[in-house]
Amino acid sequence: MPTLEQPPQSDASAVCEEVLDNGLRVLIQPVHTAPLATVWCWYRVGSRDEIPGLTGVSHWVEHMNFKGTTNIPRDQIKGIIEKYGGYWNGYTWIDQTTYTETATRDALDRMLFIEAERMANCLYDPADCESERTVIISELQGGENDPEQLLDQELTATAFRAHGYRHPTIGWLSDLQTMTRTDLYGHYRRFYAPNNATLVIVGDVDRAEAMRGVIKHFGKLQASDVQRRATTLEPEQLGERRLIVSKEGTTAYLKVGFHAPAVTHADFLPLLVLDAVMSGAKGLNLWASFRTLPPQRSARLYQALVNKGFASAVSGALLPTQEPFLYTLSATATDGMPLDRLEQALLSEIDRVRSGGVTPQELLKAKNQLRARLVFENDSITNIAHQLGYFETVASWRMATTLSWQIDAVTVEEVARVAAERLRPTQRTIARFEPIR
Amino acid sequence: MAGLAPTREVLANGVTVLAKRTSTTPAVTVLANLRVGSVHDPPVHEGIAHFVSRTIDRGTERFTADEIAEELDRRGVSLACPAGRHTLSLACTCLVEDLRDVLAIMGEIAMRPVFPAVEVDRRRGEIVTLIRQDQDNPAVVAVETLMSMLYGDSHPYGRRLRGTVESVERIARDHLQRFHAQHCAPDRLTLALVGDIEPGRAIDTARSIFEQWKGPAVPEVIAAAAPSASGRRCRVVPMMGKSQTDLAYGFVTIARSAPSYHAYWLMNNILGQFSLGGRLGDSIREQQGMAYYVFSSLDASLMPGPLTIRAGVSPANVTRAIASVDTELRKLVTEGPTEQELAESKQYLIGSVPRTLETNMGIATYLQTAEFFELGLDYDVRMPDILRAVTRDDVLAAARGIDPQTATIVVAGPFEGPLS
Repeated sequence: MPTLEQPPQSDASAVCEEVLDNGLRVLIQPVHTAPLATVWCWYRVGSRDEIPGLTGVSHWVEHMNFKGTTNIPRDQIKGIIEKYGGYWNGYTWIDQTTYTETATRDALDRMLFIEAERMANCLYDPADCESERTVIISELQGGENDPEQLLDQELTATAFRAHGYRHPTIGWLSDLQTMTRTDLYGHYRRFYAPNNATLVIVGDVDRAEAMRGVIKHFGKLQASDVQRRATTLEPEQLGERRLIVSKEGTTAYLKVGFHAPAVTHADFLPLLVLDAVMSGAKGLNLWASFRTLPPQRSARLYQALVNKGFASAVSGALLPTQEPFLYTLSATATDGMPLDRLEQALLSEIDRVRSGGVTPQELLKAKNQLRARLVFENDSITNIAHQLGYFETVASWRMATTLSWQIDAVTVEEVARVAAERLRPTQRTIARFEPIR
Repeated sequence: MAGLAPTREVLANGVTVLAKRTSTTPAVTVLANLRVGSVHDPPVHEGIAHFVSRTIDRGTERFTADEIAEELDRRGVSLACPAGRHTLSLACTCLVEDLRDVLAIMGEIAMRPVFPAVEVDRRRGEIVTLIRQDQDNPAVVAVETLMSMLYGDSHPYGRRLRGTVESVERIARDHLQRFHAQHCAPDRLTLALVGDIEPGRAIDTARSIFEQWKGPAVPEVIAAAAPSASGRRCRVVPMMGKSQTDLAYGFVTIARSAPSYHAYWLMNNILGQFSLGGRLGDSIREQQGMAYYVFSSLDASLMPGPLTIRAGVSPANVTRAIASVDTELRKLVTEGPTEQELAESKQYLIGSVPRTLETNMGIATYLQTAEFFELGLDYDVRMPDILRAVTRDDVLAAARGIDPQTATIVVAGPFEGPLS
């Protein structure tokens, strides 16, 4: 067990951090296991920064930032990274918007050029804005086809009354129907500046040469006065909230959401350990951890719900966020199982852990699981770079390098305390999808 | 180019072991593939291979389901057991220090499962729920209906992988035991071990666990003849409670062993993969803004597999989206690709090899594919020259296999037709 006198090995020494004069934070980590390089460019802007009428603007802006720049004409986007065997993508969530390319190492200069262009010179052609409106509405409607996604959206909107986390990242339909090119471009110009971004480079690169490339492409960009709107604090929830979604379907779903601490709060990692005990450890990589099932068959909820026939599947989700978000437990009712019985079984397991805490054996298993998952979720340069940029955007990149040690320090008492306090009935929102057959 | 150069050994009992050392993380990925899948499902027990995959790891001669769960969970290991048309896999990643113990459990699962009655009944409930969820998912409904129309009920590709509620209700514990005994044998098993372990040691570990397995040689399933296309067919599956319609548009094409495979691969990349969905993405998403997702996929396998075009569109745009697919296909069928498109797709597919072989799971999946289709262990080295040799005429000839006049089209979602 590591102690303060014997600090654990940390990857922090492998990361080179520099801040340019214009405020761009640059993180470079050479990893020479494959002839590849990855670039992630992160912006501190997400759906929590949006106001009524403009919900979904951050995500739509992300789409527009793939549609040509002053120096990359629209018709030259296609193939620009593919010619290096590369992959590109981006995503928007509540706290962040990010863009990535992974390709052969000789594409590094090209990737930096693309990200610098994206930061400063996107076109927002009016016809492209219109065409993308229907693409995004199609994305929204595709999501609505999934009852679980729909229920998740309703749960979040019910658990939050005031905070910007309450609306879906994709936005509400009427805002997507009415937003204008001026709204989109205004959002882009306001938040896309070097002093609101973190650039991460990982892979088969030379640190000094990579830094020269960064200065060449980003050095001349101007800082701007990025005013991130102060978010309204969510007032304390005073009692259980409930909601029902009734819609055509075949299967019933149940979700219970609790207000969760921000990633920097002392309760976050004890709650993460608690989640591992309840539903199996996922890890903390939004890009990678949720693509495979967690080790969960001996977890409390799997044993109590799936192995007793109440549910066909169960999961837990606690994600690192800048401000307090949600810890959600979800279950799919086994065909023919009344939702009331599933709900009763789930709530009784929650009561049990609130009153009795977890055992030392469960704590040890949860820590072992999390230790392994933290190794598995850093299996590629793309994933390593994601974690550095993600944590820098919601807290500090250094946190990504010390998670293992911090998790090891969590005690049985801390887990029992967060279970008792954080899973109080007054803090929960219960969401039920009741299918109309 | 040196290539992956994995180590391959066939154990005395016929188990094939492939090993490759990597050093990114102190972990090992194990991908064990048994050559058994839904193609072996008897019609009366449609879904039995999938049922086996959901129960094979729920108790063995040595371990109970709870013991397996505990042993894997405490090491952070999540074992996935997916079943496909031709394979049943056991896949996981573990820390190097846990490899021997984890492999021993996987060996028990592959060789000596007992399918406890209580587990069979529990998992049956889960499978029925999964089938009900599929019935509520327009994308799944569209693809399953397409496969059924393309292949017919008598061909194994035309049947549902998970079976039907009725067929799953008919499957009993002894059917699962018999299916395992008949189809799972050492010469059907290939293990890929990729991670921070010396290949010789990895193979020795596998030998100590798997070489004890005795079993009869199992004959290959005989490939059923794929039905030939006879004109254009359309079907609408209304699901009026949904928000978006899913479109599945496809053809029966070729087997992986066909000499034209690489021409088809390039043709599919140009049509519906390159960058944001190839030509289809350019037209339907980028120019017309009709869909968030549109792509094509080629699933050439032991038997002639489908080329499937899929898109999610508003019900108001169904007819226009199908017309756009028709237009793109007609252009490709009559004119073929441009020289530039062909060069770009070749460059992309060749250049992406290091990226697809970056992770342990990426390498393990590649090794299993090379073994399954008998491509040779140096396929990663030879593949670039094979692709470079494909001509525009080769791709044009491949495109003639997807003439829109012979397309089968399914629309599932809040749309009642008609399809003009």
